[in-house]
Amino acid sequence: MTGAPVEVVVTGYGATTPLGGDAASTWEALLAGKSGVGRTDAEFVERFDLPVKISAQLAVEPTEVIPRVQARRLDRCEQVAIVAAREAWAHAGLGGDEPKVEPERVAAVVGTGIGGAMTLLGQDDLLESGGLRKVSPLTVPMLMPNGPAAVVSLELGARAGVHAPVSACASGAEALAWAYRLIQEGDADVVVAGGAEACITGITVAGFVQSRTLSSRNDEPERASRPFDTGRDGFVLGEGAGILVLERADFARARGATIHGRLAGHGLTADAYHITGPDPEGSGQSRAMLKAVRSAGLEPSDIDHVNCHATSTVVGDVGESAAIRKALGDRPVLTAPKSSMGHLVGAAGAVESLFTMLSVKEGVVPATLNLENLDPGVELDVVAGEPRKMELNAAVNNSFGFGGHNASVVFTKV
Amino acid sequence: MADNAEILSGLSEIVEEVAGIDAGDVSAEKSFVDDLDIDSLSMVEIAVQAEDKFGVKIPDEQLAELKTVGDAVDYIAKNQ
Repeated sequence: MTGAPVEVVVTGYGATTPLGGDAASTWEALLAGKSGVGRTDAEFVERFDLPVKISAQLAVEPTEVIPRVQARRLDRCEQVAIVAAREAWAHAGLGGDEPKVEPERVAAVVGTGIGGAMTLLGQDDLLESGGLRKVSPLTVPMLMPNGPAAVVSLELGARAGVHAPVSACASGAEALAWAYRLIQEGDADVVVAGGAEACITGITVAGFVQSRTLSSRNDEPERASRPFDTGRDGFVLGEGAGILVLERADFARARGATIHGRLAGHGLTADAYHITGPDPEGSGQSRAMLKAVRSAGLEPSDIDHVNCHATSTVVGDVGESAAIRKALGDRPVLTAPKSSMGHLVGAAGAVESLFTMLSVKEGVVPATLNLENLDPGVELDVVAGEPRKMELNAAVNNSFGFGGHNASVVFTKV
Repeated sequence: MADNAEILSGLSEIVEEVAGIDAGDVSAEKSFVDDLDIDSLSMVEIAVQAEDKFGVKIPDEQLAELKTVGDAVDYIAKNQ
């Protein structure tokens, strides 16, 4: 790529999360300090006597908004992707019968961490109990990790390309980075990008329990996710999806689209340190932030706000704060939305990027819930108690994943 | 043993369940693919459910020959 970067703007967004069935209700609940965490409403908790009995389940079941016949052909992670993508597409003014953009100029990039594992498990049960005839012919398209991306492409008629980054909890943010590149390289004018995850089930909870990463504050679900607080004891598994419509700015302006923010840059790096643990030096994370800032044509001192990955694990949160200090100094104001929404795994980076963009647009940083005693290792300004109104020109969203994936994206004001 | 009308009615219910087409719109002369817009994956689901409901076997090579709802009704009637 040569010459000045192409300007990439956000023209629409959608979400379905533990905080709300769409983007507006999710954002409103986040600003209101609501929690999406509660007792897990599923029989597997008792059946396996799991020590973790809490999770962040969707506020609105996707089957309430997707027609029955379409829903039965989709894994739950594909259902949430469809819900968020439809909302985003309509919000961008791209819906309706009259096409506003050529399908050959629209791409879909939707990541997931786990994908359709619920389908894999359910169909395996059917194979064991009933034999071959009981296995659905839709098994493979429902379990494949590119499924959420594929069904979004199919739903919206996106034909420039369909891609599915799989980088654990960084997937949703990495999708935005890929989308940015597709627009930079001239492959698409519009990219529907984000992440989807819906796999709160016995084996995922058990697996995270065994890796000692989940909070077991079962008696106080709403207080369980407490990033940066000294009392934190792990993350809360959540589910949901977030989708942004990213667009070449001149294309968006020519069609009279409403522009909500600018995706100004991205940085992707790898730790190559440990399969689950973050590099204690945070060098991979700080390099991701710096790359993102530089690709946006900015200096570290230009960054006003960081929407943190901060999952509420003992090691991770302090490591991230050190990486932020190293990359950006102590000026940015921090927040950690997983405190209220839980950890949406492959969707987290997309939904939290949406929050970052809305913070810049509206000049408000949501509060981190449950932050009562700031860990002394976090020598930064973390918003707690009430949302903070402040002028924001540039903000970073961080998303990091098991496997050493680091993704940072930068949003700037338009 | 179900008669042809009962088979058509039972098959229509399966088509509605799998493909979302109103059972009342499923009639003997309709083509699964051209009229009812049923794809090959849904056809497999319909065949498996029909096998269970009517106690027949519908081998893949036979399934490919069942172009219309009436073809399926006739096949089930003869083989149940």
